[in-house]
Amino acid sequence: MLVNFLARLRGVAIIGGLLFWSMCACADYKLNMPVGVTDTSRDVYDLHMLTFWVCVWIGVVVFGVMFYSMYHHRKSKGAVAAQFHESTTVEIIWTIVPMLILIGMAIPATRTLIAMEDTSKPDLTIKVTGYQWKWGYEYLGEGVQFFSSLSTPREQITDDSVKKDEHYLLEVDNPLVVPINKKIRILTTAADVIHSWWVPDLGWKKDAIPGFVNDSWTLIKEPGIYRGQCAELCGKDHGFMPIVVEAKTQEDYDKWLASKKAKATQVAAADAVDREWTKDELMAKGKEVYGTICTACHQANGEGMPGTFPPLVAGKEFSAAETMLTPLREDGFLSDDNKIIMGSVENHAKIVLHGVPGSAMQAYAEQLSDAEIAAVITYERNSWGNNTGDVVQPSTIKAAR
Amino acid sequence: MTEDSIKQANKRLLVRLLIVVVAMFGFGFALVPVYSVFCKITGLNGKTSNEVAKDTSGPIDDKRIVTVEFLASLNESAPWEFHPEIAKLKVHPGEFYHIAYYAKNLTDQPLVGQAIPSVAPGLAASHFQKIECFCFSKQDFKPGEGRDMPVTFRIDTALPAEITTVTLSYTFFKLNEVAHQD
Amino acid sequence: MSTATHVHEEHHEGPASGLTRWLFTTNHKDIGTLYLLFSLLMFFIGGTMALVIRAELFEPGLQIVEPYFFNQMTTMHALIMIFGAVMPAFVGLANWLLPMMIGAPDMALPRMNNWSFWILPFAFTLLLSTLFMQGGGPAGGWTMYPPLVLQMGAAFPFVIFSVHLMGMSSIMGAINVIATILNMRAPGMNLLKMPLFVWTWLITAFLLIAVMPVLAGAVTMLLTDKFFGTSFFNAAGGGDPVMFQHIFWFFGHPEVYIMILPAFGVVSQIIPTFARKPLFGYSSMVYATASIAFLSFIVWAHHMFTVGMPLGGELFFMYATMLIAVPTGVKVFNWVSTMWKGSMTFETPMLFAIAFVILFTIGGFSGLMLAMTPADFQYQDTYFVVAHFHYVLVPGAVFSIMAAVYYWLPKWTGHMYDEKLGKIHFWLSVIGVNLLFFPMHFLGLAGMPRRIPDYALQFTGFNEIATYGAFLFGFSQLLFVYIVFKTIRGGQKATSQVWEGAEGLEWTLSSPPPYHSFETAPVVK
Repeated sequence: MLVNFLARLRGVAIIGGLLFWSMCACADYKLNMPVGVTDTSRDVYDLHMLTFWVCVWIGVVVFGVMFYSMYHHRKSKGAVAAQFHESTTVEIIWTIVPMLILIGMAIPATRTLIAMEDTSKPDLTIKVTGYQWKWGYEYLGEGVQFFSSLSTPREQITDDSVKKDEHYLLEVDNPLVVPINKKIRILTTAADVIHSWWVPDLGWKKDAIPGFVNDSWTLIKEPGIYRGQCAELCGKDHGFMPIVVEAKTQEDYDKWLASKKAKATQVAAADAVDREWTKDELMAKGKEVYGTICTACHQANGEGMPGTFPPLVAGKEFSAAETMLTPLREDGFLSDDNKIIMGSVENHAKIVLHGVPGSAMQAYAEQLSDAEIAAVITYERNSWGNNTGDVVQPSTIKAAR
Repeated sequence: MTEDSIKQANKRLLVRLLIVVVAMFGFGFALVPVYSVFCKITGLNGKTSNEVAKDTSGPIDDKRIVTVEFLASLNESAPWEFHPEIAKLKVHPGEFYHIAYYAKNLTDQPLVGQAIPSVAPGLAASHFQKIECFCFSKQDFKPGEGRDMPVTFRIDTALPAEITTVTLSYTFFKLNEVAHQD
Repeated sequence: MSTATHVHEEHHEGPASGLTRWLFTTNHKDIGTLYLLFSLLMFFIGGTMALVIRAELFEPGLQIVEPYFFNQMTTMHALIMIFGAVMPAFVGLANWLLPMMIGAPDMALPRMNNWSFWILPFAFTLLLSTLFMQGGGPAGGWTMYPPLVLQMGAAFPFVIFSVHLMGMSSIMGAINVIATILNMRAPGMNLLKMPLFVWTWLITAFLLIAVMPVLAGAVTMLLTDKFFGTSFFNAAGGGDPVMFQHIFWFFGHPEVYIMILPAFGVVSQIIPTFARKPLFGYSSMVYATASIAFLSFIVWAHHMFTVGMPLGGELFFMYATMLIAVPTGVKVFNWVSTMWKGSMTFETPMLFAIAFVILFTIGGFSGLMLAMTPADFQYQDTYFVVAHFHYVLVPGAVFSIMAAVYYWLPKWTGHMYDEKLGKIHFWLSVIGVNLLFFPMHFLGLAGMPRRIPDYALQFTGFNEIATYGAFLFGFSQLLFVYIVFKTIRGGQKATSQVWEGAEGLEWTLSSPPPYHSFETAPVVK
């Protein structure tokens, strides 16, 4: 009787489950973990499904018995309570049986884990650095390194009337390009707070911890674009630092790497030429740099955020803890009544190059070229009502370094 | 029980409870050195010793080759240029090697920095021995000064066989409080 | 004031009147009431924050709040719900019920009882006030991981101090519980005759005393790192940010059980009553609770598998975590066996208790999935985790608290609650809670990280459903408040036993019970 009932219940559960599954599959609802494109991610997916079905079956049995009892052993149906309340035998059974099931699940889990931790014999090594709020990639021994930040325009995020891209919030300016069928060792670290590097299609995530390196590996089998996100709360723009991995064939990867290297030397060469820039050139370039680097904190309108990020607009009031105000005042960017004033170009360059210790303002000396810094300073000093008329040349920045 | 003996008993209890409170609170702090020791033994977090290795003798395994990679990172607004002179080196376990990192102060002020070593994979950390390293002490830099900073290290022969690549990473931190002392 | 004291001296039996009754009270029932009302208030404040979060996540894009404020909301929501709503609610239940269940007149340390409650309003005023400070409230998550937490503005020392206060309050409450249970049981009530609620609270109290000082130590180290130049968690000075996570979760995992063990106790009281059948496997329930408590100390690192531990460590914490499924399973099987061949009726407390068993078990299943380290590398810090711990905490801990309130409210007030409204409240809650949290499993599996204010387009559908569920669940709790206050003010008179199948010392007292529960100790055979 009970067995019959359970069998029927099982049938209903499966049909119901499948129905729900297919219903949701039609709509744009993604239900399950991606199978991914590496052996690791497939193993993890299998382990996930194994555990899932074990849980479903235990659930069906336990809840089945419970619902049967709730239906049949009701006072309103005249059920009289039995008075048994102990049985050492069943207690032992339902301690041992779950143990055996757990051992059955632990074996594949252990196997997968051992394989995941084996970072030996890599074909290439890439260092991933987490920054507030972007990623830095460095190809070890190749001399190629770059930053990768969100490329979704700010308007799409803050303005609902602007149509959002297909890959809204999951698109970057410089994706991480890797070859397929190569064992890639990925070293994660961070420069400020803890981040976590996660691409679901690769099957794992790893924390990026300032001062320490963690290693993991992946071997991607299919060319394609795989997207992920930072998975450890890292401050205000934690939700806005996606990861894009572009897996290419070896040939395409080599081409990409060569062009990246060529570009690096070109930029160096361009910087070496101390040419004079026009104000318009600087303003245009500055707007671009400001948009990718500075808006996150100082906002597109330069007004910052009270208490944390100072405004860049002269005359605006900035109220914050005294520890934040003092360095600004020392550099001549804050009046005694806590209003922003335009300090000297030298100090402006100093702040952008070397950051403000103890605050969220980073040093950009390593990340930005002379021309970029010159441009962004020129832009800041001539926008939002700031009209110093200053034109800062890359040569000035070069001297200030 | 007389009132006095109750008072005494209460006092004893109070003292015991206070000891328990201090002990639990102390336990929280004691976790710090305990954790450090634990990390060094297990190589948890790639935490590697920041002291001179004492035992420098030992055999050299010239059949085996291990690749050592060198990484350099800067923390937050550390205004340095910082990189290793080479990216990779193939080494024999047991033999000592000498490499250098280059660091340059990019500001016009004297700076003090400290490099923090970390080794990946974590299991290799306890097999990574250094007899000379700029990470042993704070590094002073004059304005604009740049210099090579040496590291002499070896990987001991007990390194587990499955490890073929070891990464030595240094993160350069700017020490703020030292700047105030100057 | 002087009149109040005078009245108090004259009538040793009854409560004083006016505000001073509540300020100076040393009575376990008054303090229990204060705890429960405080927790209800915090439940609504934390719930409002949850609704802000859900409203922002209703659709992609930033519509309602800034990302930084969003982070403050997630952080505060967690701190308030854990330390302000769930924990005080269980302490409130303990205050009301422990003396009545073990045949004592009051708690063992009544003045400390008063103090441990009255710390709380100050602690939470302090915590909430940080939202209006320079740079806003805490925004680094309730787990307070450095170095992120050290970027907090002026609020930082206030948050740390309020956590210290909450810890003090909890420790004093726990000491009181242990002293009461170990010293004030009625003659004949040996340890293995105590009701399970008493047992689970005894074990919980030991957990509290063991781990709250560890939390206090950890946050104090944060404080000295920020203000006194120490480097406990700063790599530059030889410290390690990951060490904070180890210390925090050494507190944090037992903390999770602090919030769920008393819930086990509540459910173990309610199910036998409405099944009209004694609890199945009483002693195995006690041993299971104790082994869960023990295991909670050796599984902490499963919260941080992704920080990069050596293989041996990962395996150890995986196996230990999976092991927790065994005693937890024993508990669920025992509850089901208690129902088996009973004579069941389904009043509101029973409905909540059954929902607890089912939904908590679902939370347990996802917990088992999370225990598998390789799969956890995918689940970690996604909405799958959010779904998991909300399943064990909302339809787990919170449902058990509601079940307890419906179950003992007639005893406390002497009035029956409105059964029809109670059932409506139950069904609205159970539907709301599942709409709210079940889709989060899918979101997490599909790749949505937690603690983000905005998300990619493919996550839109389930987020919408979750938001509808959140508002349904949130607003149906207003009905709960209405039912409770209606019952306090009047209603059908409750008998002493209240429920046909209820057994235990508290049901031998009148409804409402006398101000001092048992003036003369009853004898338990």
